[in-house]
Amino acid sequence: MITLDFSLPRNHFTLEANLQLPTQGVTALFGRSGSGKTSLLRLLAGLEFQSGSRLLFRDEVWQNHNTFVPTHQRSLGYVFQEASLFPHLRVRNNLEYGYHRTPVRERQIHPPRVIELMGIEALLKYYPDQLSGGQRQRVAIGRALLTSPKLLLMDEPMASLDGTSKAEILPFLERLKDQLALPIIYVSHSIEEVARLADHLVLLEQGQVIAQGDIQSLLTDPTLPFLQAETASTVLKARVDQAHSDDHLSRLDIGGQSLFISRCGLQDGQATRVRILARDVVLALSPPTSISLLNCLETRLIDLQPDSNPSQLLVRLGIGSQTMIARVSRRSATRLGLRENQRVYALIKGVAMR
Amino acid sequence: MMLASADLTALWVTLKLAVTSTFFLILLSMPLAWWLARTRSRSKVLIEALVALPLVLPPTVMGFYLLVLLGPRGALGGLFEALGAGHLAFTFTGLVLGSMLFSLPFVVQPLQNAFAMTGGRMLEVAATLRASPVDRFISVVFPLSRSGFLTACVLSFAHTLGEFGMILMIGGNIPGRTQVASIAIYDHVEAMDYTAAHQLSLILVMASLVLLTVVFALNRRFKVVSL
Repeated sequence: MITLDFSLPRNHFTLEANLQLPTQGVTALFGRSGSGKTSLLRLLAGLEFQSGSRLLFRDEVWQNHNTFVPTHQRSLGYVFQEASLFPHLRVRNNLEYGYHRTPVRERQIHPPRVIELMGIEALLKYYPDQLSGGQRQRVAIGRALLTSPKLLLMDEPMASLDGTSKAEILPFLERLKDQLALPIIYVSHSIEEVARLADHLVLLEQGQVIAQGDIQSLLTDPTLPFLQAETASTVLKARVDQAHSDDHLSRLDIGGQSLFISRCGLQDGQATRVRILARDVVLALSPPTSISLLNCLETRLIDLQPDSNPSQLLVRLGIGSQTMIARVSRRSATRLGLRENQRVYALIKGVAMR
Repeated sequence: MMLASADLTALWVTLKLAVTSTFFLILLSMPLAWWLARTRSRSKVLIEALVALPLVLPPTVMGFYLLVLLGPRGALGGLFEALGAGHLAFTFTGLVLGSMLFSLPFVVQPLQNAFAMTGGRMLEVAATLRASPVDRFISVVFPLSRSGFLTACVLSFAHTLGEFGMILMIGGNIPGRTQVASIAIYDHVEAMDYTAAHQLSLILVMASLVLLTVVFALNRRFKVVSL
């Protein structure tokens, strides 16, 4: 658990955060630019100092009224928005900069593992200015990992990258999350990234914490802006039931029901998650039979919420203990006579892994 | 070409002066340049103006003040005298102090620029990679400010080679102790010994040219100087 109590005056507002963050999985600090996310991250890292703040990492005091552990003595890794590699060092020396400064007995992860994980074997002898943006960021992440941090802080690591480089980085971040038991605090203003990576979400606005909690419950909370977005979506936890089949589909288990996706590299029994956009869900009152659509989940209708588009409604559906959402037209809702606690079949047009 | 031994001595004193004052000036300017590059203090502009003062003052003005300050009745000279070390006017030490003051802006400014450029972000990165403050300076600031350091050294060195007015004021013209090449040349011209003046001048021209050529050659490879 990370316990923090910060109050930092900024130009237009005061950042007020009194939070307990989990020390497992990915916690996203989400908000618009200028909402105080980066300041919060910098306070966590000790790059920013504000007297009167309190910060506890597990049972270690990082800051209180008479203690301030300087950044270089905190066991954390920090990935900046721009890769910020040392321009005078080759990739290999950049990677080893922190590794060499980590006491031998604290080294948990070693260069070969990180080089493999981040796919940077071929880059080792180059200088940073010879790399692409995406490559630089992968090296920067690897460099942070090599200090064997107990906490990884990432400040919009993809914000300065173009679409292609982003697509290149995301899988590495997912691997990082899956393969290392390392808590990550991830600053982002992209709901796509958050939905793909985060387990826990802290929503910031004008320096205030508006909401925090499990990603699924926040994404489907009608009082929060996520639901009203064009790309409103939900994230469902699933378990890989059957990774391989003759027709190249993998079967996932969600609360006893099946979801088929086409994706390789999965293993039986693996826990995973899928993201489903509200607009990709079609509702039916009985399970359709003569239809090409594969994925149909039996759900219980929780409630109907207004949408920002007056012709549409958002339908919250319960599947086991999980919640998903569908966007349907008001006309369809009336025609089908949708009401609370009704049994509804959710036909899913598209499933994104994660 | 045969140089008189007095001329050789003058060249030796010049070289010794340039090396000594450059060395100490770099050492002392580092913290000052670092402070100027980092500070948000309002006194920064005043300090910057003071540092730049030698650029605009006639060397004789500074030489005059230094003479008064370092002489037997000056604040600094008197103190040294009271300590039994003797005052500093017309001594090599006085000369070094004068040269340092005179070359101050040529060292502080390139260092300050270099430090400002290596600034914040890289140091923060190094801190998150467990480097202590001293370690950060040695492993990040120093190599990244390499060009600034080289510029500062070359400018200070070359500037000391060519200084005349202030050295005459503070050092006098004592052969073997405070007579430098530029003053020896002046003496030769006064005595109508143009051959000796030519020889010594040529050596200074060649030395400066070689020095600058080396710097610009390095510059092409490493981008060391931005003049």
